Amino acid sequence: MTEDMTGAPHEQGSQWYDNEAGPLVRPYAMTGGRTRSGPTGVRFDLIALVTLDPGAPDVDDAPLGPEHRNLLDLCRTETQSVAELAAGADLPVGVVRVLLGDLLELGFVTVSRPVPPAQLPDERILREVIEGLRAL
Amino acid sequence: MVSEHSDATGGESAALALKILVAGGFGVGKTTLVGAVSEIRPLRTEELLSEAGQSVDDTDGVDHKTTTTVAMDFGRITIRSGLSLYLFGTPGQDRFWFLWDELAQGALGAVVLADTRRLEDCFPAVDYFEHRRIPFVVAVNCFAGARHHGAPDVSRALDLDRGTPVVLCDARDRDSGKEVLIRLVEYAGRMHTARLLDSVG
Repeated sequence: MTEDMTGAPHEQGSQWYDNEAGPLVRPYAMTGGRTRSGPTGVRFDLIALVTLDPGAPDVDDAPLGPEHRNLLDLCRTETQSVAELAAGADLPVGVVRVLLGDLLELGFVTVSRPVPPAQLPDERILREVIEGLRAL
Repeated sequence: MVSEHSDATGGESAALALKILVAGGFGVGKTTLVGAVSEIRPLRTEELLSEAGQSVDDTDGVDHKTTTTVAMDFGRITIRSGLSLYLFGTPGQDRFWFLWDELAQGALGAVVLADTRRLEDCFPAVDYFEHRRIPFVVAVNCFAGARHHGAPDVSRALDLDRGTPVVLCDARDRDSGKEVLIRLVEYAGRMHTARLLDSVG
C-alpha cells in the first residue's frame, strides 16, 4: 500500500521536471518561512552533535512536521552532526538548523556545541587524534 | 550566548567533534582527499545562501533576493567512540569566502591542497588562513605527469611563514592523506602551545 503511494503518482505527475530541476517544495516552506532557529537564536555549527533527549515527550502528541520526524529518525541510530543530518535528510543546512531549533525547544534533542577555538587543542586530545590517525 | 549546553550534559564524557578544512583551487583534489581518508563515503551538504543581506541600499531588495546553493563535501574519521574528526572541503569558488568564515570557526586547522601547475589557485586559501591565524599545512598534490618540485620550492613560491609545513602527497592515497592530517594536527598542537606561552609571557 505504502509502496504504491510512493511509486505511482510520482511517476505520472513528474514528467515535466527531473532531479536537475531541484525540489518542488521551496526549502524554507518546511520551516514556515523562518530562516533562523527559535528564540534561543543559537546558530548550530556544522559539527554540533545532535543526540535524542532521553526525556523527550511523546512524538505523536507534538506539533512536528514530517521533516522534523525524519531528523529524529536519523538521530535514533547514532549521534549525528548537523552536517550529517543535512546530508541524510537531503535538506540545506540552513533549513536543518531551523528544524533542529524547534526540536531543541520542544525537548526532543540536545545539541552539543563544539569546543570553542580558544580552548581547542587540548594536548591530550590532539595526541589521541594523532595516534588514532596512525592506527587507521 | 547559550554556552552551557555541552557542559551541562558533559557528565558522561560528552562527545567531541573536531573540524579540519580542506581548501585549495577548483579541481585540485579536495573531495578526493576527503574521500581517501574518510570512513564514510563523502557526503554532500548544501547551504542556501541569500545574497540579499549585503545590498541594504536596495529598497526592494527582498523581492529580488537571489539565493545560491553552495555544496560542501565532507567526511568523517572516528578516532574512538566520542571523538571524531570531520573533514570539510571548502567551496572552490572564491566568491564564497564568507562561507569559509563559518566553516573556519572552531576549526582545528586546515589543509591547503596545491597543484604546482597552478600554484596561484591556492593563494586565496593561504592568505585566508594566515590572516586568521588558523594553523594550516600546504599539501602538494603530486599529479601524475606534473613536474615535481621540492617542498622548499613551494614554500618559497608561496612565501609561507616560517614553520608552515609543506607536504608532498597523493590525494588519492589513504596513507598519504593520513600523513598530511598527522602533520597538520602536530603543527596545530605546536602553534597552540606557542600561543599559550605567548599569552603567559
